[in-house]
Amino acid sequence: MPAIVLGASFLGFGALVREAGLSPWHGLLSTALGWALPGQVAMVELYAAGASLVAILAAVALTNARLLPMTVSLMPLLRAPGFGRAAYYLAAHFVAVTGWAAAMRQAPLLPAPARLPYFLGFVLVIWASSLAATAGGYYLAGAVPAEVTLGLVFLNPIYFMLVFAADARRRARLLALVLGALAGPLLYLVATDWSLLLTGLLAGSLAFFGDRWWRRRRAGPEAPEGGCRG
Amino acid sequence: MAEPLAFWPLLVVLGGAAVTYAWRALGVLLSDRIEAESAVFEWVACVAYALLAGLIARMIVLPLGPLAETALSHRVAAAVISLAIFFLTRHNLLLGIGAGVGALTLLTLGWG
Repeated sequence: MPAIVLGASFLGFGALVREAGLSPWHGLLSTALGWALPGQVAMVELYAAGASLVAILAAVALTNARLLPMTVSLMPLLRAPGFGRAAYYLAAHFVAVTGWAAAMRQAPLLPAPARLPYFLGFVLVIWASSLAATAGGYYLAGAVPAEVTLGLVFLNPIYFMLVFAADARRRARLLALVLGALAGPLLYLVATDWSLLLTGLLAGSLAFFGDRWWRRRRAGPEAPEGGCRG
Repeated sequence: MAEPLAFWPLLVVLGGAAVTYAWRALGVLLSDRIEAESAVFEWVACVAYALLAGLIARMIVLPLGPLAETALSHRVAAAVISLAIFFLTRHNLLLGIGAGVGALTLLTLGWG
């Protein structure tokens, strides 16, 4: 399922690559080595608009800043004796929305030694299908009406939105998602470049401390610590 | 069509991949230095979820590229329809996505 939907999102990326006048190899390299769709989309859009290398890399870095807290919060779940450090640096390359959300949901239910193999198996399947879809989207873009390309590009944010709508069961997580969704566009209007980092820090902290305060008030100081994991 | 792997766009692609992986490597490095059960991880996870929600909202409300030419009201309406169908069908991802993408396409074609 995720392979199909994410694949369709990468069809949209492949179409963007063609519109930007790049070769399919650029798209494939970007999917293989970048592996973070929102940053890839920002990169191709800015390239097509003629932005400078520094401006493009800064925008990609800021768009992908989420990968830092995502990696930090996932790695302890994947830890088990027997895996070398290199295994975690390899796994980190595949931290991106779909695989991360699945692992945050499934890993706590698995025995510790099975978690890293589960994550790698999962992401390698969606990574391979996304590569095929990037190439497919490139060749499809010339053959379908512009509305279809538009739909494929819109598919990605809609898909991500639904992944997290389904995940919003814990109060802290729901708070973080709602506050983040409100703060993201608002802060962008105030502080364009740093808006995503500000959004994460402000909305994330508010959700974390708001949830803790709520728990303490309801159940006293012995209340279990809440949070966004698990 | 562009020549295969022209130098300048190749530099952009490789540079983009490098700055992207830097966040992930830094994430592994930092996660090694924090106690596994500490509340810091819960806070970092909240920051990650908020950042993701902020990014997704921005991609819908203030998009780059071809989506920027569609009307904001159409995109927001399509997102709301998608969420409604998703919850009404008990988390059916395909129907939710299909409804959202279909709604935007029809709205853009009808009132574009």
